[in-house]
Amino acid sequence: METIGVGTIAFLVLFPMLIAFIQLLVRDDRARTFITVIGALVIACAAVFLAYEFVPLGSQKFAINSSVAELLGYVMLAIDVLLCLYIIGKGIAHKKYIAIILAIVQLCLAVYVDLFVADGIAVSHALYVDDLSVIMALIIGIVGSGIAVYALGYMRVHEAHNEGKDRRNVFFAVMFAFLGAMFGIVLFNSLTWMLCAWEITTVCSFALIGYTRTKEAIDNSFLQIVLNLIGGIAFTCALFWIGNCYGVMELDKFLAYSLTFSENGYTLLVDLPLLLLALAGFTKAAQMPFHKWLLGAMVAPTPTSALLHSSTMVKAGVFLLIKLAPCLGFNLPGYIVMIVGGATFLFCALAAISQSNAKRVLAYSTISNLGLIAACAGVGTDGAVWAAIFLVIFHAVAKSLLFLCVGTAEHHIGSRNIEDMDDLFERMPRLARLMSIGIMGMFVAPFGMLVSKWAALEAFAQSENVILILLLVFGSAATFMFWAKWLGKILAIANSGEEDVELTVSTSEWVSLGLMTVLTVGCCVGFPLISQAVVVPYLSGVFNNVSAAISSSDLWIMAVIAIVIAVVFLGFTGATKKKVVPVYMAGIGTDFKDRKFLNSFGGELEATQRNWYMTEFFDEKKMSFVGIVVTLVLLVGSFGFAAQTVSAQENVLNDINAEHASYEQSIWAQGGADFPLYMQYYQYYQSYYEQNKSTLQQQMNVYSMDEFMNMLYMQMYSQQMSNSSSSSSSTGGSDSAGGASDTSDGATSTQGGGM
Amino acid sequence: MELFGYSIWSFVGMAAFLVVGPIVGCLLAGLDRKLSAGMQGRVGPRIRQPWWDFRKLWGKEDATVNGAQDLYVWLYLIFIVLAGMAFFAGANFLLCVFIQTLGALFLILAGYASRSPYAELGAQREIVQVMSYEPMVLLVAIGMFMATGTFEVNSVLTADVPMIRWLPLIFAGLLYVLTIKLRKSPFDISMAQHAHQEIVRGIVTEFSGKTLALVELSHWYETVMFLGWIGMFAMWGGGWVAAVVAVVVALAVWFLEIVIDNNFARVKWQAMLKSAWWVALILGGINIVYLIFV
Repeated sequence: METIGVGTIAFLVLFPMLIAFIQLLVRDDRARTFITVIGALVIACAAVFLAYEFVPLGSQKFAINSSVAELLGYVMLAIDVLLCLYIIGKGIAHKKYIAIILAIVQLCLAVYVDLFVADGIAVSHALYVDDLSVIMALIIGIVGSGIAVYALGYMRVHEAHNEGKDRRNVFFAVMFAFLGAMFGIVLFNSLTWMLCAWEITTVCSFALIGYTRTKEAIDNSFLQIVLNLIGGIAFTCALFWIGNCYGVMELDKFLAYSLTFSENGYTLLVDLPLLLLALAGFTKAAQMPFHKWLLGAMVAPTPTSALLHSSTMVKAGVFLLIKLAPCLGFNLPGYIVMIVGGATFLFCALAAISQSNAKRVLAYSTISNLGLIAACAGVGTDGAVWAAIFLVIFHAVAKSLLFLCVGTAEHHIGSRNIEDMDDLFERMPRLARLMSIGIMGMFVAPFGMLVSKWAALEAFAQSENVILILLLVFGSAATFMFWAKWLGKILAIANSGEEDVELTVSTSEWVSLGLMTVLTVGCCVGFPLISQAVVVPYLSGVFNNVSAAISSSDLWIMAVIAIVIAVVFLGFTGATKKKVVPVYMAGIGTDFKDRKFLNSFGGELEATQRNWYMTEFFDEKKMSFVGIVVTLVLLVGSFGFAAQTVSAQENVLNDINAEHASYEQSIWAQGGADFPLYMQYYQYYQSYYEQNKSTLQQQMNVYSMDEFMNMLYMQMYSQQMSNSSSSSSSTGGSDSAGGASDTSDGATSTQGGGM
Repeated sequence: MELFGYSIWSFVGMAAFLVVGPIVGCLLAGLDRKLSAGMQGRVGPRIRQPWWDFRKLWGKEDATVNGAQDLYVWLYLIFIVLAGMAFFAGANFLLCVFIQTLGALFLILAGYASRSPYAELGAQREIVQVMSYEPMVLLVAIGMFMATGTFEVNSVLTADVPMIRWLPLIFAGLLYVLTIKLRKSPFDISMAQHAHQEIVRGIVTEFSGKTLALVELSHWYETVMFLGWIGMFAMWGGGWVAAVVAVVVALAVWFLEIVIDNNFARVKWQAMLKSAWWVALILGGINIVYLIFV
């Protein structure tokens, strides 16, 4: 399993990189099509293979030969350095000094952390697979590749309108590199490696946003790089702290230790790295106050937006937050993530009401939904994380469908303004249906986004957080507003026999659109199965006593309704046996397409109607301003608080170091039990030991806490041995830690009874 | 007794709503007109008048502005009925709310689909109506969850005290938005009429014949379901007494709605949106804080 695991992960990360390299060299359009389609298919298949192999096995970690790992570490460091130098170079060329300064800071920090902090720390498992990474890999592999295929047709039209040099080879190369780096983020357990993949995605999106090289595109790409460098710096600082204070460089260990530390009252130690990583997640997931870069990214060609919004970039941000979720909850970082996410959800949903540009509506809706995912991660209970994971899945498929629809519509009706999508149902009949399914997928039952929101509502109600509840209910109402009015607009029918303009849509576009539609509906229908097969197993590995947040009978009802709606929207023709009559116009209708009529004085009037934008209430600038102020105050305040406590942490660190030293000496370490487990017992039995010191000395010959700990371990270990010999076989060293924690209750009760 | 793992009473509730629901709704609609007429000093039509209206519409010539519109109205009816059945089966309250919202969306789409300037305006206004009441309705669900520990409607059948004991302010908030949901004055904005005639009436302007009859039928179902929501607040595990109390409370609220309908002039949408959101924020917020502390 080890070889298959390492091999698959290496393939998933490196194969897209290889395709990217080939793409860079290929300038012929037919060769590009061939390579893209084959590459996309292979990547999708590899992701499915990963799921096929590892879903039945659950969470797996893989070790890498230490000399290979060391070499790879230097390669990653070199990549980090090159990326920073690239940004600095671009910054000099375009005179963007803030980006240069941040890149230099990032460069120094990354080099320092890699060479001086991470260097002495052994990484036992550099790679891992669990159900969450499988879900993410499927999203990246299937949705991401689907978008790459879509881009073939789209970029051909895009390039035809472009007078400059054809740089599509770069575009496709960056797209595939992006996918490879995304696989890295979700499959690397080594934090320094994850940082490298994290930085690659930042630079890839920088290149994609600036692709058209207009001034606007370049400005927006620098906005993106500046905000994401802040996140990258926060990530690197977190590694600095984790390496120094925890003595580990692995994601799973960091999370396990954080849980133990905070359970034992060392919150001071845990808050800062969690906050820093959350900040990195916020920047990538475009949470307020960092949300502007995702809006700016809208200048890029539509496949870029689709990629950034659905399967890559922003999903990396929320992935990190979901990973942190078990350590969040009712602590400082938890509250910050909750409220920043919740505020982003509300204010961006409100701002979306005031937008008529379809891509901006999509952008605000993405940010808003990411906010909801972040809020769920912040709540950090099993129900909330269940909702968060499903929001990620459904958002990925429905949003990519919508972006692809808008991109195709834009090329054929010449506008991305929703006001110009009047009668799309007649002008692009098939596309309008797919777009309707995408829109409905985003905001109403029975589709997944709403059902996930339902779970979120339940989780928030359980957490009794009144602010979060209010943010959610008002945000939901706003969501209904901006989607429903768009949906209504495209479904209007004027019966005016307009020309069907979708006949020229390319095959690659239809294939991808079809794929995304099937995924959007399929995920809704398969909702209960996905929950059972991957999401609940993942949660059971992270939380105790997990059950699906929504009963499966309710999910099945939703699945049936989803099928009905899909059949209706894809199947109905709009034909009717009834007599068709014109609409009422307060006069004699003369032109029903433009709604012109003769009034009572014989003059021709035109009835015009725009959708509602309610700018007096929900002005974009106002919403943005309020959101930024609220979230910025929270973030600055929390970091101020955390930084203030850093000085008080020395004692805490000494304590933990002393404990770690005694752990190293004890049979716990030799037996393979984790330090967090040791610490848990240490904390739990310390007072017991103090109280019963004399008894223990007389009756058991135990003269120190360390000896007492050894005795505890012996008891549990012997018990586990007898258990495993009587039942099934034990699977060796790494299991003994898990086994020990499983029997801990038994051990506790024996202790209590014995003395 | 159980069937497919569900209590037999769930199926009785569903069937009762499906069959008896529209009859009750129709009678209520007739009584509404009678009472309104009384308040306005008129005699008013017979109580069965809505039924005669419905039959007349059903028998009219089949004409439509397009086929899509008819389809959406059918879906509106189907989802409203489904939502009501879920409610009276005692299922998850949020399931009921969300399916009901889906129904409401299809009515809006039917309005848009006609592409009539009047129906489109009505549809846009209906979206604002939904947006106005949505927060309060979700707060009802959350309040219910925090008070009873579950979203299951049938949990009220075994409760020791009626839910209103824990949710007085949320109940008041629901009363406020009920007027919006029933599209009654002062919040009948999406159904506002062209001067002095009922033909050009907001979202339903382009519906005629059978399609309009279906809209009427959906309204009857809707009314009964919403009154069910109200009754839920007054229900507890007290057997027939509790059921009678719940019905009386629901009818009293319904009468109150008629009084309000007849005594207030229509307001602008801004006033509706603002007031409904303030009501949700203040009444809902305070009630939830109260629930956290008890």
